[in-house]
Amino acid sequence: MKITINGKGTAHDRTDITLAELLVINKVAAPHMVTVQLNGGFVAGDKYESIFIKDGDEVDFLYFMGGGR
Amino acid sequence: MIDLTEDQLERYSRHIILKDIGVEGQSKILEFKVLIIGLGGLGAPAALYLAAAGVGTIGIADGDTVDLSNLQRQVIHFTADVGKRKVISAMEKMKAINPDTNVVVYDEKLVAANIAGVIKDYDFIIDGTDNFPAKFLINDACVMGKKPFSHGGILRFEGQTVTYLPGHTCYRCVFTGPPPKSSVPSCSEAGVLGAIAGMLGTIQAAEAIKYAAGVGRLLVDRMLVFDALKMDFRTVPLSRNPRCPLCGENPSIRELVDHEQPACDIRRK
Ligand SMILES: [Zn+2]
Repeated sequence: MKITINGKGTAHDRTDITLAELLVINKVAAPHMVTVQLNGGFVAGDKYESIFIKDGDEVDFLYFMGGGR
Repeated sequence: MIDLTEDQLERYSRHIILKDIGVEGQSKILEFKVLIIGLGGLGAPAALYLAAAGVGTIGIADGDTVDLSNLQRQVIHFTADVGKRKVISAMEKMKAINPDTNVVVYDEKLVAANIAGVIKDYDFIIDGTDNFPAKFLINDACVMGKKPFSHGGILRFEGQTVTYLPGHTCYRCVFTGPPPKSSVPSCSEAGVLGAIAGMLGTIQAAEAIKYAAGVGRLLVDRMLVFDALKMDFRTVPLSRNPRCPLCGENPSIRELVDHEQPACDIRRK
């Protein structure tokens, strides 16, 4: 299946990937430091394990950035 | 609309010849009031550009002194300013660039107890702070006070910014609360390329000026993210989060609170 991650198209052989696995595949080391948007809607952190990614999904990882000084 | 003097017509001529701004837009800028919270990497360039642009009143809030390690990116402070109060150092440069700008100094850290009283006097707020508690406090105060503001965050080679207008996506819609302390990058991981601060701080200044003049499309309901290592820019569409603890359907935050979390300081604290 083809999905778009952070604006870039990616292809995956498997079709049973959960959002939690997608975080691991994309090397998101600290899930607490990221917010996930799936097809434009925010996903609650406790749903990552139960949501399966579908062909054509658009996923955005938005990272905490606390700096400014 | 205020009448511009000959000097003002010349000083702001490169704004005025922009057909989207003109004399009318420049007049609005001259009557506009912006509060910059934090005079660090983001606040420094924002303060310089807003003063240069002729923003009528610029409030600057910071309770720190200039440190040698600030000078790598906080371009409003010079070597001779090390040890000086940041608000004084910044005010001197802003007045030197543009004596017409009224600079209001808050030589203190804005906290839950005083922030609402300060932001109420301003039309637009720029978040130039360096820690999550301050970023959430500014968001909450601006949402509660119905004030437009620009969120900015930088880390290493990356930056992000969102402009909030009342009724639109807020910072807590995206990030519901400060991350756990253990997840915050340690000091040794939390460096930043100085020029990144300039890139983001000037975007925040541009948003304030666009809002003042009433031109263009703001970064509302979208987040600009960039990675300067790849020099890759992207805007991610956002929408209000029904589960937002502040502006969602069942808000749990009804008053301002000071979250605890020390900012990273490589030398001490
Ligand atoms: Zn919200």
